[in-house]
Amino acid sequence: MTAPPEAPAPHPSPAPPGPPWALLAELTHACPLRCGYCSNPVELIGRSAELSTDQWSDVFRQAGALGVVHTHLSGGEPLLRRDLPALVAAADGAGLYTQLVTSGVGLGERRLAELTGAGLRSVQLSVQHADPAAAEHIAGARSFAAKERAARLVREAGLPLGLNAVLHRGNLDDLDALVRLALDWGADRIELANTQYHGWAARNRAALLPTPAQVERARARATRWRERLGGTPELVWVAPDLVDATAKPCMGGWGAVSLTVAPDGTVLPCPAAGTLPGLDPPNVRDRQLAWIWQESEIFGVFRGDSWLPEPCRGCALRTVDHGGCRCQAYALTGDAARTDPACRHAPERPLVDVLLLDAARAPHPPGYAYREGGP
Amino acid sequence: MTPMPAAAPWRPALARGVVLRHDPVRGADLLLLPERVVVLEGGAGGVLRLCDGVRDVPAVVAELAVRHPGAPVATEVPAFLHRLRKEGWLR
Repeated sequence: MTAPPEAPAPHPSPAPPGPPWALLAELTHACPLRCGYCSNPVELIGRSAELSTDQWSDVFRQAGALGVVHTHLSGGEPLLRRDLPALVAAADGAGLYTQLVTSGVGLGERRLAELTGAGLRSVQLSVQHADPAAAEHIAGARSFAAKERAARLVREAGLPLGLNAVLHRGNLDDLDALVRLALDWGADRIELANTQYHGWAARNRAALLPTPAQVERARARATRWRERLGGTPELVWVAPDLVDATAKPCMGGWGAVSLTVAPDGTVLPCPAAGTLPGLDPPNVRDRQLAWIWQESEIFGVFRGDSWLPEPCRGCALRTVDHGGCRCQAYALTGDAARTDPACRHAPERPLVDVLLLDAARAPHPPGYAYREGGP
Repeated sequence: MTPMPAAAPWRPALARGVVLRHDPVRGADLLLLPERVVVLEGGAGGVLRLCDGVRDVPAVVAELAVRHPGAPVATEVPAFLHRLRKEGWLR
């Protein structure tokens, strides 16, 4: 084990938070797909508990006043909200740049026209694999043809199209085909995002964890594509933190850049933070967004660097990775305030090494566990 | 043989999916893109507000020269606009 890089002592007290830039609006947990890598919670929020049109509209107004300029309308599948055009209009009216994050299932010509008319600015479409049968095996649902059609409609509507592929053992070897598919479909941006093992995905960890050799081959291919494409379209590689032994700068720092509103109005510093115990997440039904951002315990607890444990406190990487992912620290060690075990310097790194060794030794990974029924 | 037609002049406009807005909370002009926010410095927002797809670059420069007499707009503004086109933010 190498010693962490040395750094000056952390600041004694955190500065007051600057305004947030982005809002992840999880409009519903309902989804036609059943992806094994889904990072939404194991226990989904039911449809009857979802915020109303007026409540979401108020959230967007408050967010705009607080300084948010960007919202990702996500889920679940946001197209399952019948009031989605009204929600887009409310967000646009609050000055927010709206991006739809979708499976593409249910994005027909008329729906898309309603959304663009309401002020939708861009679309991010998920893809699971370039081969339709493999894609639908990963997604656990018929969806490939709908995605292909959605991509075409978005292009025809003149909106920027981003394709997002979550990478894992079942598709890393086919990265070239994924990039070719994205080029065929006319993507402006290709995000190749290695799986984050939160929520339902943690259940499928043994089926999803890649081997280090797989990751290295895929990374080399992604690098070649990026050089060849020269930025058009933009190609983004979201690193596999566990395999790379490098903690990710989760959410750009806790309570630093963005907030997440869950379907029932719970407000969280990151989509997985609802799993952390004892933090009593606030809800927009009870509190103003400004109070939640500035005053709530859950947003303050890991903000800045005064809370950092060793070895992060004396490590230069703390300004880069902020100690890594709190939810992963909790999931793997039972203590959200530990150094993220993804990091090579973390005392609990051996926990991750064991997971990776087990995955590499398994000649045939287990099949996916799929969600049964809707929320 | 007909002479080659002169290239149509570039009439800069924001690329699709790019939004220019003033942010009253931060007191700054911003360019908003699908996965990115660019904080514009100084007079950059004022330059981009003239990029309406109608004015060509000399017209943008002329307008700014009137507004900012003595400023080196004739050299700096075209370079700035070309840089943003290369980024894909102007078309």
